[in-house]
Amino acid sequence: MTVHDLKHAASDSARLEAVGGRLSRVDGPAKITGAAKYAFEQQLDGLTHAVLVGATIAAGKVTAIDTRAAETAPGVLAVLTPDTIMELRGASDWFGNPPALSTYCPLAREVTFSGQHVAAVVAETFEQAVAATALVKVWYDETPAIVDLSDGKAGDGIAIDAMTKEWGDAQAAFAEAPVRICAAYNTPREFQAAMEPHGLIARWEGDELTIWEPSQWLDGMARTYAEWFGVPFENVRLVSPYIGGGFGSKALALAHSAVAAAAAKMLGRPVKLVLNRPQNFTSYGGRAATRQTVAIGADKTGRIQSIVHRGVNETAVDGMWVEPLGSVTSIMYATPNFSSKQNVVRVNTVVPGAKRAPGENPSAFGIECAIDELAHELGIDPLEMRLINYAEQDPHAKKAWSTRQLREAFAAGAEAFGWAKRSPQPRSMRDGRQLIGWGVAAGTYPVRRAHGEAVVKIMADGSVVVESSSIDMGQGTYTILAQTAAETLGVPVEQVSVKLGDSHFARAGVTGGSRLAGVMTGAVYKAAGQALDELIGLALSDPRSPFQALQANTLSVKDGRIASPRGEGPELSIAEFMAAVGRDQIEAKGDTMPANSTPEQRYKNYTTIAMALPHTEGDWSRYSWCAHFVEVKVDEDFGTVRVSRVVSALDSGRLYNPKLAESQWKGGIIMGIGQALLEEGIVDRRHGRIVNGNFADYMLPTNADIPDIQTISVGIPDPHSSALGGKGVGELAIVGIAPAIANAVFHATGKRVRDLPITLEKLI
Amino acid sequence: MRDFAYVRADSVEAAHNAAALPGAMLLAGGTTLVDLAKCGVAEPSTVIDISHIEGLSAIDVTADYALIGALAKMSHVADDRQVKSLFPAVSEALWQAASAQLRNMATIGGNLMQRTRCPYFRDPTNFPACNKRAPGSGCSAIGGVTRGHAVLGTSEACIATYPGDLAVALVAFDAEVDLGERKLKVEDFFLSPGATAEREHDIRPGEVIRAIEIPGSAAARRSTYIKVRDRQSYEFAAASAAVGLELEGDGRTVRDIRVALGGVATKPWRARAVEDALKGKPLSEDTVRKASELAMAGAVDHGANHYKISLAPRVIARAILKLGETA
Repeated sequence: MTVHDLKHAASDSARLEAVGGRLSRVDGPAKITGAAKYAFEQQLDGLTHAVLVGATIAAGKVTAIDTRAAETAPGVLAVLTPDTIMELRGASDWFGNPPALSTYCPLAREVTFSGQHVAAVVAETFEQAVAATALVKVWYDETPAIVDLSDGKAGDGIAIDAMTKEWGDAQAAFAEAPVRICAAYNTPREFQAAMEPHGLIARWEGDELTIWEPSQWLDGMARTYAEWFGVPFENVRLVSPYIGGGFGSKALALAHSAVAAAAAKMLGRPVKLVLNRPQNFTSYGGRAATRQTVAIGADKTGRIQSIVHRGVNETAVDGMWVEPLGSVTSIMYATPNFSSKQNVVRVNTVVPGAKRAPGENPSAFGIECAIDELAHELGIDPLEMRLINYAEQDPHAKKAWSTRQLREAFAAGAEAFGWAKRSPQPRSMRDGRQLIGWGVAAGTYPVRRAHGEAVVKIMADGSVVVESSSIDMGQGTYTILAQTAAETLGVPVEQVSVKLGDSHFARAGVTGGSRLAGVMTGAVYKAAGQALDELIGLALSDPRSPFQALQANTLSVKDGRIASPRGEGPELSIAEFMAAVGRDQIEAKGDTMPANSTPEQRYKNYTTIAMALPHTEGDWSRYSWCAHFVEVKVDEDFGTVRVSRVVSALDSGRLYNPKLAESQWKGGIIMGIGQALLEEGIVDRRHGRIVNGNFADYMLPTNADIPDIQTISVGIPDPHSSALGGKGVGELAIVGIAPAIANAVFHATGKRVRDLPITLEKLI
Repeated sequence: MRDFAYVRADSVEAAHNAAALPGAMLLAGGTTLVDLAKCGVAEPSTVIDISHIEGLSAIDVTADYALIGALAKMSHVADDRQVKSLFPAVSEALWQAASAQLRNMATIGGNLMQRTRCPYFRDPTNFPACNKRAPGSGCSAIGGVTRGHAVLGTSEACIATYPGDLAVALVAFDAEVDLGERKLKVEDFFLSPGATAEREHDIRPGEVIRAIEIPGSAAARRSTYIKVRDRQSYEFAAASAAVGLELEGDGRTVRDIRVALGGVATKPWRARAVEDALKGKPLSEDTVRKASELAMAGAVDHGANHYKISLAPRVIARAILKLGETA
């Protein structure tokens, strides 16, 4: 299923297959032809269907559930409620912290948000299950809900001291600064909105559980299932070869996952549970709504003297999510005085979660708009303003950047965009009734690092198999790992097949934080190197080897053929050699863990995020960087904003595959356009319920909203960030797009919109 | 979603007879019915599939009229060369509606029967009160999220916006809907909610839309449909205007003008006050903008939809001025 036909993908040029080549996605043909089988497409004998019943209140207690009518409805096998679902054990969190409670019930007695699962119906068919959910009667004792951050009952929230970052005397320096700006910036609740919904198929065979579920983290989720059901980790197999979009939302086993697995256990039959679209807006968290104030004091030349930043994000009544709002604020610009503090406020929502660049994304919206406001206040070009305050080292960690090609990004982006032709005054550029605005903003994302593991097999026919439980959710893991193995082993990329998305393969940590490519290319590089060493060692030493007589120190492998470096002696294909020595395969398992790591450390490395390596470890501060230049057209009568041009210059270090990196960057930019102009989870304040939980009303950009996007790579290999010199790609490009658009809208209209999204009524 | 009987009608008569049964609903393109069945709003006991009836999908256009069969697909009508040339506002309204996929499925008759996108109407589980769904149960939208709700033609019972585009153009050009035994002006076919929000159309049990007929006119030939929304495609109108213009021989005095509004009212909304103010007057930006304001007489907002009162006249003015410039 995961063996892809590479003939089409590799047709452009010979260099494609090397690391750094523009090889097309090797999984592309399977996806385009429909051959790629996604989780919910598994056909299993005896499959049953579960459908969830969601709470219709946002806060209160479930006082009674009448399941009698549903139980006797056609095809219904079980109606599960908090009283009838099997008891699960508490599971540790993703940091590995032990659970607060020893038991866990995925159906709620105490309701803390609208849509929370309170019951489930399992039936022979999906339609029967849906019909029966309408017959489940739930009674509630409703209590007042806190609907969002602006709710009068919300209060100031909880101070998160770990988020405090301070140096110098920021308040005093701000008060004394000759030029000051201070403004508040808000971002709404946003959703990952993956095309493929959440859900799973769960099947028990004795004490062994198989889960087909789109997953960004097979080992982490397998651990959770194992802990819930009290079975060994090895007994849980997660299968997720393809994922129809994750964007941070698919890394954890969630309440609906537990319901399906429990139902399968209780019924002794496999259960399929897929969230419907509205449930995808209430069953797991999107990006938390945020509020920030940014105060900047500067001297009259534009040099920043102080930044004072305060942030708040919403979290759940029964769960904690901190969206680190000072993450970009504290590193983007050089300032002698700085203060950032953050609170979280509990509201009646599902616990918010990770959405592309959690923290950095809203953080950049604050600081990158504020710096634009300061530039306007001083009459300095906003690009010049950023260069005046360029941080030559990490202002917070006080360490040298490993690499920071941001100055190069500003230069390359400005040149390609034609920034020098910008008329500085707002409302000074127009085309008929369209006001034209040009905006700039920078973005950044830390290089998150971890250890990885991979298996590389050289087969008897000369083909190569790479195995890893890491995943490809569209970013290109299949492709870059094939390139890495091909280059390291010296075989044509067509001979490499990559198998991912099965937790029985070599282990992998979470695919999140833009770390996977760096982690896994490193692991495959190591495993492939070991396999190559074994192949060459065998060729030099095995009595049956045609090369043994050469008495050489080493051999070379190129285009799948083994030869001596100087070309004397025989030349054999790998298949011919394997036949000669009588080997079925050569297998190497490589990992990047320290050699003396214990089994416990390895388990923890792959099933929690507790062992991730700090990005400021040692002497270096490691980040990816980007500069976005955006043109908008704002209709002066209608207030509608259209992005007409984007030029982004990005430093992701060395690119393992520029074609795929550009694709991810463009994806981030497009998502940023949606964030800036369209996306907002709208809550009915009387009921605490999201009322636009569908793809007609939750606005995502269409193709018609997206202009030509030019991306320019300005990265250089960063040896401190990863084995092969790459930095993060996937999350970087969304960071800074929304402020670049907001700044362009200001330039077009003279109106500063500080609340996203920038919808038309804010401009008319 | 619950069980229902499926009947395939092979003639209009068969559809007419079957549709008279209580709980029966017609299925053509299915883009509204299937959607509403999934969210629990439509619960037909019988679905009568009329999509195979022959002879109902013709598009016949001359300078004098456009006769469009009820089963013609939105995309076909939008792309019809004669429609584009003689009734441009109709084509423009259609291709700016929905998405390409939906336009390929949805029919013209079904389009007239499209229901509101009011989120409260569409979510019976969480919002039981809705006078459209359950007469007398109340209106959940009033006091709730109202950014998309109507400012014209509302009542205490209902403020739901009519979401469509095509019917706005039809109302502007005095189109009629052919129900077999009777014909109605499209403007009269749509009903304001008043105290009976559940009645959206003047259609009787068993009646089947056969066709729509649009009279040809100079104003229809010089017409346009402007749709304003945050998203460039696949979004309902924040405000839209269908406008047709006929000028006197001097090239600037208005002989005939048609103005209808979408996205702001509970039904496709003809703005006769704007037409009357401009007939016989020379076009100028100032005159047009002042006249366009008259469309909003009697408008009532519910907070978040206040912007529509400023926006809609600007859309009308843009459409009129655009047509005036092409003189």
